Amino acid sequence: MARICTLSEAIEENVRDGDSIAMEGFTHLIPYAAGHEIIRQDRKELFLIRMTPDLIYDQLIGVGAARGMKFSWGGNPGVGSLHRFRDAVENQWPRPLEIEEHSHAAMANAYEAGAANLPFAMLRGYIGADLAKVNPNIKSITCPFTGEVLAAVPSIRPDVSIIHAQRADRKGNVLIEGISGVQKEAVLAAKRSIATVEEIVDELDPPSPNAVVLPTWAVSSVVHVPGGAFPSYAHGYYARSNAFYIAWDKIARDRDSFTAWIKEHVRGGKPEDFARHVGKRSAKAA
Amino acid sequence: MSIEFTPTEMMTIAAARALTNDDVCFVGIGAPSAACNVARLTHAPDITLIYESGTIGTKPDVLPLSIGDGELCDTALCTVSVPEMFRYWLQGGRITTGFLGGAQIDRFANLNTTVVGDYDKPKVRLPGGGGAPEIAGNCGQIYITMALNKRGFVDHLDFITSMGHGEGGDHRAGLGMKTKGPTRVITDLCIFEPDAATKELTVVSIHSGVSRATIEENCGWPVRFAETVAETPVPTTAEISVLRDINARTKKAHEAA
Repeated sequence: MARICTLSEAIEENVRDGDSIAMEGFTHLIPYAAGHEIIRQDRKELFLIRMTPDLIYDQLIGVGAARGMKFSWGGNPGVGSLHRFRDAVENQWPRPLEIEEHSHAAMANAYEAGAANLPFAMLRGYIGADLAKVNPNIKSITCPFTGEVLAAVPSIRPDVSIIHAQRADRKGNVLIEGISGVQKEAVLAAKRSIATVEEIVDELDPPSPNAVVLPTWAVSSVVHVPGGAFPSYAHGYYARSNAFYIAWDKIARDRDSFTAWIKEHVRGGKPEDFARHVGKRSAKAA
Repeated sequence: MSIEFTPTEMMTIAAARALTNDDVCFVGIGAPSAACNVARLTHAPDITLIYESGTIGTKPDVLPLSIGDGELCDTALCTVSVPEMFRYWLQGGRITTGFLGGAQIDRFANLNTTVVGDYDKPKVRLPGGGGAPEIAGNCGQIYITMALNKRGFVDHLDFITSMGHGEGGDHRAGLGMKTKGPTRVITDLCIFEPDAATKELTVVSIHSGVSRATIEENCGWPVRFAETVAETPVPTTAEISVLRDINARTKKAHEAA
């Protein structure tokens, strides 16, 4: 059974120095509030896993919380570079970052393999691509039936996965709606997991019997953090702040302005601050 | 009547024209996304647009800034998980056309979006491949759209993020790939297609008012021109107004939030 608790308790109990950690959400439902709490609790030596590092890992990299990162697309979507990620790779600031780079298809397959308790994933991928030359974790396997050579990558088994979702009920069952990305796989692949949610309700009332629901016994901790995905979005609750993503380019480009932003908005902030971003409910919300 | 248009507008419209009603198109963000939606709003209303975030048959009213904007899900026929998208739909061979952009391209339409310089000590660290390596391999064919300039069209790629025609000729087939790979590269000055035998990108159509010399000056390798080179038809008033309307709606939407 998931424990329903505060964000501070959930991070204290589930995230340890040195952990491999997956904070997923494919553009949608990115667990920003949880990322900020990890920075406030000064976790160190994390190995970050995420298909699209996005601003959440730009922030963790920029404060020096990460020793490494496994990823498949490290940009600010539609805007340009993740400047803290680039500074770490190009100039080792604030510390060197070990990178393990894949394609989206390989990462998605690797999460699925992790959830399925398999040691590796295979795919028809990386053909003619140079990533296979620079990443020793991209290997190949021959199909025992047809002889076809396929790409193989290790499954992803994080120490802890963190997601954001729309709703949980009072038992801690979690409902995800909209673009569901790899969150279900990330949670099921991990040893421990946290779901932050927009609302805790009496009944989940999923819109369909086939809705994406994580049963309470598959999640370690559930935390009520309204607005916790800002500046990404929560389908049915608030829209993506494309304006913030554009503004981040300037904030993160410079080390000092980044550090000042972290000091003011993260170290000087608290989980409840995210609630002010909930307001503009999308047309689909009822 | 002649209408004024920019080279970028010409590029988007020329790219849109490459698509048909029957296409099931895997859409890259940025320039490809604009072209695909202009096609949907003009001559190809029944085209199926798919974004890697899992949205199938999406009809966005404004162009998404990210590959997973809520607009894509709100207007989609259905939304599937990302593993399902890459496994069943892309690897499953359901996509006719992938539409990609890139930071750098070479004469065989290989793309680099990973690094400039050495991988371990990069001069410029770019975002990386994302979905591109498998889009390039598993879609029936690939269209590429990017502005023609020497920074992007280079003689040698430091890194091949996604394979086009490799070293040319039958390199792709030799690696066991059964898909066509890049069949058209649409730029702001001209349209390239791979030569049937060598697979080297060859200019097949030049946009109105552009000289061969301008194309040669902006390309990082000695440009080959097809025996017969067409002149790209200028944008129609309908195409231009659809493009400008969607760009205006998009700008307003992205600045608002």
